Amino acid sequence: MMLEVFKYNFMQNALAASILASIVCGIVGVIIVEKKLVMMSGGIAHTSYGGVGLGYYLGFEPILGALIFSTCAALGIGYVKRKGTTRSDVLIGMFWSLGMALGILFIALMPGYPPDLSSYLFGNILSVTRIDIMFMALLTMLVVLIVVALFNYWQSYMFDEEFAAIMGIRTAFLEYLLFVLIALSVVVLIRVVGIILVLALFTAPPAIATMLSQNLKSRMLYSILFGSIFCMTGLGLSYIVNIASGAAIVIIAVMTYLLVYAVQGYLSNRQIVMRGCELRGQQEQ
Amino acid sequence: MSVLHIKDLSVYYANTRALVGVNLDIEEGEYLGIIGPNGGGKSTLLKAILGLVSPTTGEIKIYGKSPGHTGTRLGYVPQLVSLDKSFPLTVEQVVLQGRLRPQLTLFHRYRAEDRERVKEVLKQVGIYKLRERMLSELSGGEFQKMLIARALAVNPKMLLLDEPTASVDAEARKQIYQLLQELNKTMTIILVTHDLMAVSSHVRTLACMNGRLVYHGGPQINEGVIGELYGCPIDLIAHGVPHRVLANVAEVKQDDARSI
Repeated sequence: MMLEVFKYNFMQNALAASILASIVCGIVGVIIVEKKLVMMSGGIAHTSYGGVGLGYYLGFEPILGALIFSTCAALGIGYVKRKGTTRSDVLIGMFWSLGMALGILFIALMPGYPPDLSSYLFGNILSVTRIDIMFMALLTMLVVLIVVALFNYWQSYMFDEEFAAIMGIRTAFLEYLLFVLIALSVVVLIRVVGIILVLALFTAPPAIATMLSQNLKSRMLYSILFGSIFCMTGLGLSYIVNIASGAAIVIIAVMTYLLVYAVQGYLSNRQIVMRGCELRGQQEQ
Repeated sequence: MSVLHIKDLSVYYANTRALVGVNLDIEEGEYLGIIGPNGGGKSTLLKAILGLVSPTTGEIKIYGKSPGHTGTRLGYVPQLVSLDKSFPLTVEQVVLQGRLRPQLTLFHRYRAEDRERVKEVLKQVGIYKLRERMLSELSGGEFQKMLIARALAVNPKMLLLDEPTASVDAEARKQIYQLLQELNKTMTIILVTHDLMAVSSHVRTLACMNGRLVYHGGPQINEGVIGELYGCPIDLIAHGVPHRVLANVAEVKQDDARSI
């Protein structure tokens, strides 16, 4: 019964979108979490709302506007951070709000009835079109290619940026590239979970993977796996209950994280208690 | 010819003065200890040499090159606290990073000779059997030795270390100093440290920093220098053991300490 719905085009597109989003959030999410760039990613994501608004206002594809705005935000934040005169979290806060404000401004300037923006804010995976999928696939391939091709460099940059710089590796270039990768990933994720909820897909799968694996590559693979599971279950839930796909996916992702966290905490506590009992037993003997 | 030449170096962060008017020349094969109070500019000096901060005025030449253009001549061992101790890598993967080709190379793979060099340096620092361990499973001393191995993997001519014994136990500390002594036979070493005991018994020359270079010379220094460095001699008598740093004043100071 459930499988029948996959005959529909919109369902096939939704499935493809889920997998693409999971690949991107798995790979880039692990880097973001390890490099402590979660807030930076939030800033880049929210700035893209300005681009969506501009797209509607000037009459071009809003997702293209999002791509332009998020890339500019990535480069702008990266530049000021590198100059080191302003604290980057302060700047991120301003970009975050400015992007949203510009979006609201552009939509307000639009003549006629305002469009429904909730699919950009909260995601609507069931409305993804074939063209969206091609666009997402292109960006995903680009992100995967850049991460894989420079993997040893990313590893070194993530662990100890200073050491890499001293060796003569162009870490400034890597940093800008990483910020642009985040911007591209945000755009891939917008159609699936929306701007507001992007952070959950960047953080929940890598956070679960961190608890399960001690290896960078397998953490990425685990993240992709968990991301896919969350997206597909969320997709099912949003189809059945008719709620925004983004909300469904995020609730499932964060709930799963909390569950894994609780189970792990319980298991390691039990281990400690058991070790304690063993030690006491030995002492008594 | 000196391998490190620093002339009239000043470094300001925004409007804060970190270093002013430093002149320093280091010869090949030197073993220099840099001491001084917190905020005295020790790390800033090291970072300026490494090209991580740029001089406000003055110039630095390392083997005739400007900082940041020294290629593989410098090996750097950072402070332990600056790194993520639970980062998902093995010891071998970290040390291999010292063999990474500086020119960004697509689909870069480490070669057999890179792995051979890593094996060599891991044996040299004495943690070869830990090569498969994850970073989260290492003690402070093992982690520090791994960082030294990574710096050595570069094949540097000069080794720069920032507080290499700050968070390691006494045994590992001894091993690290022995290793540095051994390494000094083939390379120049610059060591930033709080460990005054080590400075007195291991290094060949000493630089004392307190916003400027207060003293540069042999490892025996007098009370006047200590006074300029720390404002008061209290830091040194805390050790309670007479050693070369305070050879002339140690006994007197010990008596003072007892009477307190």
